[in-house]
Amino acid sequence: MRRSVKLAAVVLSGSLGIASLAACGAKSTDNTTTSAGASGSSLKVGMAYDIGGRGDQSFNDSAARGLDKAKTSLGVQVNEAEAKQGESDADKEARLNSLVTAGFNPVIAVGFVYQSAVEKVAKANPNVKFAIIDSASDTQPSNVTSLTFSEQEGSFLAGVAAASKTKYKQVGFIGGVQTELIKKFEAGYRAGVQSVDPSIKVDVKYLTTPPDFTGFADPAKGKSAAQGMLDNKDDVIYTAAGSSGSGAIEAVATDTANKNAWAIGVDSDQASQPALSKYKDHILTSMVKNVDTAVYTFINSIKTGSPLTGVKNFDLKQGGVSLATTGGHIDDIKAKLDEATSKITSGATVVPTAPPAG
Amino acid sequence: MTTSTEPAQRGRLQRIDWEKVGLSLAAPVLAVVISVVISSIVLAVSGRDPFQAFNIMGTYGSASDAQVATLNKATTYFISGIAVAFGFRMNLFNIGTEGQYRLGALFAAYVGGAVNLPSFLEIPLVLLTAMLVGGLWASIAGVLKVKRGVSEVIATIMLNAIATSVVGLLLIPGRFAPTVSGTSNSIQTKDMAASSDFFTITTQGGELYGFVIVAVVLGIAFQLVLNRTRFGFDLRATGRSEAAAQASGVNVKRMVLTSMVVSGALAGLIGMPDLLTTTHHFGQTFQLNLGFIGIAVALLGRNTPVGIAIASLLYAFLDVTAVQLPLKGDFPQEIVQVMQGTIVICVVVAYELVRRYGLKRQQQKVGAQLAAQAAAAAKKEVAA
Repeated sequence: MRRSVKLAAVVLSGSLGIASLAACGAKSTDNTTTSAGASGSSLKVGMAYDIGGRGDQSFNDSAARGLDKAKTSLGVQVNEAEAKQGESDADKEARLNSLVTAGFNPVIAVGFVYQSAVEKVAKANPNVKFAIIDSASDTQPSNVTSLTFSEQEGSFLAGVAAASKTKYKQVGFIGGVQTELIKKFEAGYRAGVQSVDPSIKVDVKYLTTPPDFTGFADPAKGKSAAQGMLDNKDDVIYTAAGSSGSGAIEAVATDTANKNAWAIGVDSDQASQPALSKYKDHILTSMVKNVDTAVYTFINSIKTGSPLTGVKNFDLKQGGVSLATTGGHIDDIKAKLDEATSKITSGATVVPTAPPAG
Repeated sequence: MTTSTEPAQRGRLQRIDWEKVGLSLAAPVLAVVISVVISSIVLAVSGRDPFQAFNIMGTYGSASDAQVATLNKATTYFISGIAVAFGFRMNLFNIGTEGQYRLGALFAAYVGGAVNLPSFLEIPLVLLTAMLVGGLWASIAGVLKVKRGVSEVIATIMLNAIATSVVGLLLIPGRFAPTVSGTSNSIQTKDMAASSDFFTITTQGGELYGFVIVAVVLGIAFQLVLNRTRFGFDLRATGRSEAAAQASGVNVKRMVLTSMVVSGALAGLIGMPDLLTTTHHFGQTFQLNLGFIGIAVALLGRNTPVGIAIASLLYAFLDVTAVQLPLKGDFPQEIVQVMQGTIVICVVVAYELVRRYGLKRQQQKVGAQLAAQAAAAAKKEVAA
C-alpha cells in the first residue's frame, strides 16, 4: 500500500510538475487580457485561443496580431483566453459561453479543436456571431463563419525553396500532430519538393497523434525530432507544429555538425518573432499563414455591418498564405518561387491536400 | 463507542480510533491549505492579487451552471479514481488507466456508431465494449507481471504510449472514422446511434449527467466488494503482504491478473459519461489525462469511495473554475495545475507525517499502559 502510494506520488508529482512548469513557461510572454476599448466603440470581441495561446510564436500569435490590429485601428474591446491541455469539450463550451455572457460579440475561436464547442454554443446563441479558424462543418449554424486557409499552396512554395537549397538532397518535415490539417502542409511540401527534383528524399515525422495534442505545444519534442533529422543528414527542415516549432528551429540553428542547415518556420514570420529572431540566420523562410488578416477582415466586416458568412477560404491568390522574405535568404531563388506561385494562382498546378498513402 | 472484551471487536474499534480519524482528515486538509498558500505566493510573486483569483473561482463556483459542470466532471474523475484505487488496494499500481480508457472509449464509440439497437441493449453493449477493451488492454500488463515478473508500473506506462499510437492508427478516415469532407480538419468516429444517449437530469444549472447515479452505485459496489466478500478480503490481504496471503491459501497470481483486469474494465468506463451524454463520438477533442487525474484523486481520497468522491469534487471544482481565471482577470489558468500538483505532493508528505505521529502516539500509549500495569503489579506486590 505505502509502496504504491509513494510510487504514485513520484510519478504524478513529476508529470504534474513538468506540465505546470511547461505551462508557466509558455505564459511568460502573456501580458494582455481585458483592456478597455478606445473612443467609445461598442464592439466587444472575444477570442478563444488553441493550446499554446499568445506567445507560441506561431499560429496563435498570428491570430493575436489580427486582434491587436483591430484593437488599435478599429478600437474594439477584447477579452481573450486560451485552451488548457487535456481539457474537455465542456471546458471549451464554458469558455465560449462566458465570453458570450459577458457581452462579447463576435466571438472568435482559434483552431479546429473548437469546432463542436462553437457549434453547440452558436446554436444556443443565434444572435451572437462566431468565427472559427481552420475548420468548417456541414452542420454548423449560419451564425458561424469559418476562416480557412490553403496551407498546401504555401507549403508547396516552402517545398520549392527547400528543394532549391538542400545540398544532401534530403529534406525534413515535422508535423505537430498528425491531423488532417497538418497533413495538408505535408502534402503541399512534398509536392513542392518533388516539382523541383523528384529524387530528393522527404523525411516526415509527426510529434504526436490525436487525440494527444501536446505536439503543438512542446518545444522539447520539436527539438529532438529535428535533431534526429539533422543527424540523418536532412539539411532543410520545415516544421508545422505550433510552439513546438521553436524547438526545431533552435536545434537547426545550434547544430554543430551541419552549420549550413536551414529551418523553415510556419504560420508567423518566425525570423522576426522576438523569441526566435536570434536564430534568423538559420531560418530560410516561413510559410506565413495570415491568420491575422483573416481575423482582422472578419472583425472589420462585422464593424462595417457586412459580416462575412459561411466558409471563407484564404488562398495564395488572396494572400492568405505566403512565404516570408525576412533575412533575404530566398532572394536568389525568387524567380523559381514566382514561377511556382503564378502556376498555382493560375490553376496550372493543383496542389494535393493529402499526402500519398503509406 | 463502547468498549468490548471480545478481541476481534476490539481490533475493529481500535481501527475507528477517533484521534486517528481526525489525524487522517487533517492530512488532506493540510495539503489543500498548503497548496492554496503556495499558489498564492506564486500569484503574488508574479504581481497578481491571489485573493481576487480565489474570489473569481469562488464566485463562479457558486453559480448553478458551474456546480452542474463540477458534478459532471467529478463523475468522470470519480470513476477514474475508483478504477485506480481498485488496483491500489492490492498494491497493484495500474497507471495504465489512461491508455485503457482511451482505447475503451474509441472502441465503444465505434461500436455505438456501427450498431443501432434499442436503448436497453445499445447502452449496455457500448458500456460492455468499453469495459472489455479496457480490461483486455490491462490484462496484457497483468499477464506480463504474472508470467514474467514485469513490473506493472513499467508495463502500463509503456502500454499507455502504445495505446496512443493504436488510437492514432485506428482513428483515420476509412478505418474507425468516416471519410471527411474536404474543408473539415477535425476527425472523429461516426456519431453514435441516438439510442445510446444516456439520460440526464434537468436542473436549474443545466443537464446533470445520469452517470452521477452510476458513479454512486460503483462507489457502493466498490466498498461492498472490498469489505464484504471473500474476494475483497483476499485482495486486501494480498495488498498487505503477498507472502502472508500466499501462505494462507490465496492464489496471488490469479488475484493480480483479476484485479488488473477489473481495474482496466473500470477504467474503460472513464470516458463513458462524456461519450454517452455530450460528445457522442470519439474524436480529436476527446478529453485526455483523465487516467492520471484518477491517480491523483485516488491518492488524495486514500482509496476509499467517500474520500475519492470528495477529492474528485475538489479537482472538478478547480478545473471548472480555472477556465474563468483568464476571462475575469489577468490570471493564468495554469495556477490551478500548480494547486493540483502541490496538493498531491503535500498530501503524501502529510500522510507520512501523520503516520509517524500516529506511530509515536501508539508507542506512547502502549508505554503508558505497560507502565500503568507495572505500577499496578508493584502496588499489588506491596499490598501482598
